[in-house]
Amino acid sequence: MLALVALSLAVGGYDITLETFLHDEKAREMFFISRVPRTLALVLAAAAMGVSGVVMQVLVQNKFVEPTTTGSSQWAALGIVGLAVVHPGAPTIVRMVVASLLALVGTLVFLGVLRRVSLRSSVVVPLVGIMLGSVVGAVTTYLASDNDLLQMLASWRSGGFNDIVRGRYEPLWIVGLVVVAVYVTADRFTIAGLGRDVATNLGLHHGRVVFTGTAMVALATGVTTVVVGFVPFLGLVVPNVVSLLRGDDVRRNLPWVVLASVALMVVCDLVGRTVVFPLEVPASVVLGAVGATAFVVLVLRRKGSLRG
Amino acid sequence: MITVDAVTKAYGDTPVLGPVSEVLADRGITSVIGPNGAGKSTLLTIAGRLAEPDSGTVHVHVDDAAGAVGLDVHRARSADVAKLVAVLRQENHFTARLTVRELVSFGRFPHSRGRLTPTDVAAVDEALGFLDLTALQGRHLDELSGGQRQRAYVAMVLAQGTRHVLLDEPLNNLDIRHAVRMMRLLRRVADELGRAVALVVHDVNFAAAWSDRIVAVRDGRVVAQGTPEEVVREDVLREVFDTPVRVHVLDGVPTAVYFR
Repeated sequence: MLALVALSLAVGGYDITLETFLHDEKAREMFFISRVPRTLALVLAAAAMGVSGVVMQVLVQNKFVEPTTTGSSQWAALGIVGLAVVHPGAPTIVRMVVASLLALVGTLVFLGVLRRVSLRSSVVVPLVGIMLGSVVGAVTTYLASDNDLLQMLASWRSGGFNDIVRGRYEPLWIVGLVVVAVYVTADRFTIAGLGRDVATNLGLHHGRVVFTGTAMVALATGVTTVVVGFVPFLGLVVPNVVSLLRGDDVRRNLPWVVLASVALMVVCDLVGRTVVFPLEVPASVVLGAVGATAFVVLVLRRKGSLRG
Repeated sequence: MITVDAVTKAYGDTPVLGPVSEVLADRGITSVIGPNGAGKSTLLTIAGRLAEPDSGTVHVHVDDAAGAVGLDVHRARSADVAKLVAVLRQENHFTARLTVRELVSFGRFPHSRGRLTPTDVAAVDEALGFLDLTALQGRHLDELSGGQRQRAYVAMVLAQGTRHVLLDEPLNNLDIRHAVRMMRLLRRVADELGRAVALVVHDVNFAAAWSDRIVAVRDGRVVAQGTPEEVVREDVLREVFDTPVRVHVLDGVPTAVYFR
């Protein structure tokens, strides 16, 4: 993973080698203004989405949920576009708060709808989320097209890291904090994943744990959406692979989820940056292609068991 | 002991329990029997605070070497109650991919909040050994048979180290061999570990063979209680189950015959 991060630092439209880095003032400047922020953004966004996926999957007891399949990301986007319409020049912090709040509302709506759906088979759950997400996405598109914001919306939906420079990625440190918070409280999530009765027996307030987890995911999703855009399927693929290999203990898995998410994200970004060099395919597009394939494979593999 | 005082519960307009007042002793095995829908599981889950009563209270009072503690099960901090009462519902266990040892370790959560001390590790080892799971401790739950998984969950609530252990239908889905094994284990839990075990059982004869006390429930009320000899009687069982029953004493145990 460190090698991948190093590679990510070395690849880019501006030619930087170790030698120019050491001797060329401009190259060094370029390195710190663009390369470092971009790579840090990749690392943080990947960790956020991977961890969000784990938390959602444990809390919903379903292997197919993550922020883009529960509608959370779409709600966050609705928040951003809505805010751009009402109050175009809002500072980043306001946009993040609004996006996170709407992501929270969206996730709670999803959980509420889920409680009323009697058929909770493993494949129906993400379908509910994707449907809700599509409805919200449609509203967002309407809002955007009505207000000449379609281009802005498109650039988010394809969540790229090409315009991440110093001064834009810093809010992502917040999601770094969220990841640490999840690690500290990880046992509570694992226990909540064993069901309301087991959690109550062990002295936990199940609803409170679910709400806390949902709020953490919403915050991570909201901030990531504002800074980067949609990062689809990462939270789906990585946690599932880790779960297959190592089981479902959140605390024990978390470091692996973070490492693997970052590795996958950086690879996708590198692929996106090099296939059409010097132009770029957004990392999320590459990720979407990889992730969608993995999603189908997972659905097929788990078709046998009703409760994934 | 656990004191259930005038507890009632209704689902919508349908009353399912009560008013029930009942005392669960602080040692031995107590079995709750009764027909389907009598409110057995509701009684046990309310006593274990998995469900809220509509009215009435449940108090737990434990007096042991560590001192005396008394708590209102539904009002006290859940984390404190979790050190005195463990409750396990059998239905619908989502099978997370945890190892047996990981699951049993979570039984120590009320004490350790997730950071196991040597005392916690010892309690986990003891529970695993007691339920004969030491050899299986590294296996994932989804790789176990139903009976083994049942034992793993029982080991978790044992590791919790509570005086009271409430089990809702622990024999559900177990064949004869595994059911007998489970009851023998619970007997040892009561006798050797000094815990009070209360369980809901469908089979009257399992209750008669292994319990110190039987509580018979019908239509949401306790209609009979006492030793197996006092409850497993033709007249009592006929009233509880609304079915003709013959009782024979076999190997010193009153045994109900109700197959035809």
